[in-house]
Amino acid sequence: MSTQIPTGTLAPARPATGLTPAVEARGVGKVFTTRAGAVTALENISLSIAPGEFVSLIGPSGCGKSTLLRLIADLDAPTSGELSVFGKAPRVARENQDYGIAFQQAGLLPWRTVRANIELPLELHGVGRAGRAARATELLELVGLPDFAGHFPHQLSGGMQQRVAIARALAEQPSLLLMDEPFGALDEMTRERMQTELVRICQESQAAVVFVTHSIPEAVFLSDRVVVMSPRPGRIRQVVPITLAGGAERSEELREDTSFFAAVTEVREALHEGHVDRGGSGGTAPTSTPRGVDAR
Amino acid sequence: MTPRLGPARWAAPLRRGGVGVAALVLACALWELYKLVGPDAGAHLFGASVLPRSDARSMPHVWDVVARMGTPESSAAGSPSVGVAMLHACWFTLRVSVVGWLAGVVGGFALAVVMHGSRIAEAAVYPWVVLSQTVPLIALAPLVVGWGGKIHLGDLVWERWMSVALIASYLAFFPVAVGALRGLQSPQQAHVELFRAQAASPWRTFRSLRLPASVPYVLPALRLGAATAVVGAIVAEVSTGTKGGIGRLIIAYAQSASGDPAKPWAAIVAAGILGLVAAGLVSLLGLGLGRYRIAEVS
Repeated sequence: MSTQIPTGTLAPARPATGLTPAVEARGVGKVFTTRAGAVTALENISLSIAPGEFVSLIGPSGCGKSTLLRLIADLDAPTSGELSVFGKAPRVARENQDYGIAFQQAGLLPWRTVRANIELPLELHGVGRAGRAARATELLELVGLPDFAGHFPHQLSGGMQQRVAIARALAEQPSLLLMDEPFGALDEMTRERMQTELVRICQESQAAVVFVTHSIPEAVFLSDRVVVMSPRPGRIRQVVPITLAGGAERSEELREDTSFFAAVTEVREALHEGHVDRGGSGGTAPTSTPRGVDAR
Repeated sequence: MTPRLGPARWAAPLRRGGVGVAALVLACALWELYKLVGPDAGAHLFGASVLPRSDARSMPHVWDVVARMGTPESSAAGSPSVGVAMLHACWFTLRVSVVGWLAGVVGGFALAVVMHGSRIAEAAVYPWVVLSQTVPLIALAPLVVGWGGKIHLGDLVWERWMSVALIASYLAFFPVAVGALRGLQSPQQAHVELFRAQAASPWRTFRSLRLPASVPYVLPALRLGAATAVVGAIVAEVSTGTKGGIGRLIIAYAQSASGDPAKPWAAIVAAGILGLVAAGLVSLLGLGLGRYRIAEVS
């Protein structure tokens, strides 16, 4: 198909620290077989994510962004193409605990305290009591919840629960963090605060991040690159590199900066392309207008 | 939900206890009220009885029933009071019920684990679990006693009470099997995937996710199992003719219903109390498991 963009060839905004990419997808496709017939969720996805790079997947519902994340996490298997995580099969990467994961729902175990929830991955992999406690204390500090270690999840607000979930995802110092709309259920204020914290946490942990979101400003604020996807079948329409004033430093003031607005506009136009004819969009990437793609 | 700390922790159980006592008092009051206003000979409409008799023979006063517990069982010399005989019988039945309950819980939980383990096993076993409860206990009792007589396992002598316990377990396993299966299947998809993402083994997922998640389902099942174990034990005592338990006592006292109406009522009250005590004892198990029951309320 002529609509496919060779995204794998785009250089990441941040220089790769290693030779092996954190995630490498070559022609990945996923077809779900349902009672109503075969549904193509993803088609010909090619993408390379460098170690330490923050990449957001954005697109309308049904564009397969969550599916792609699940494939990387080995919660589902691709039906075609090749996918590797740190040069390994996703299953091996999962078994080696190469990634941490956080979902839209915090998914904390209600019978465990905040501390015990953060310790869960360590406990599952046989880290000793003292080691777990030390790491949990560190993480509680990192997500700003040292006073809530002994609380149970139902005693926390949604934003706090989500921070615990992020701490849990970071427990084993993964070099890859997979996040599926982790702030989707939060109010706008909390959401912006969490984004600022996530930027700080990522800078400290040096992990690559694949971040699924519905929100354009969120994707722009957080990412080195934004992958814009289109639905039915799910494809990568365009990859937008984000260059903001101040480089990797992302502060609150940035949200009102012109470079931020310019990037938001660019992503928005990439999303709406083929649906609304807006003419030239700055021409950062060689794009062709996909025909027959329904973008919201 | 607010955290349960300090005095608030005890307020809820106390309130529940208070409500329970109030319900008991209300039941007694209604009983006496009906005795007061109800027709002595009952009421009949076209030959069918629509209101029960309220005369002293059919409905003795509450205080008469209580008083009867303090007086001797029979006129024979050295016969114990009805209350003491009741307590002895209850103690016997309670022990048999506990054995039956334990066997039922172990069996029911094992069945739940098997059914949870494989879809095919669930499809194959579940209908039988439901079907088992449609067979009347009284039909089974003589069979079980008959089989028991043929069992010779080394030094084990199959005693009558063991048959009673087995029949009690037959009733008790059902709620446990159903409740535990629901509980083991209760974790959300997100939690299951979290464990999968951590490459947790099936056993680890069972121990750290499914088992704790099943607590809110299993506790009520255990309580229900305790009550049905008592009912099963009483019915089994009656239908196997086992001596020493409350079931036997109910039959024996019923024979004096016309001359001494308070006596059978005392036995019925005792059976009711026994069921409550059994369910109450099981509730104590839940006290230490508060944190696993948060999901139950929130």
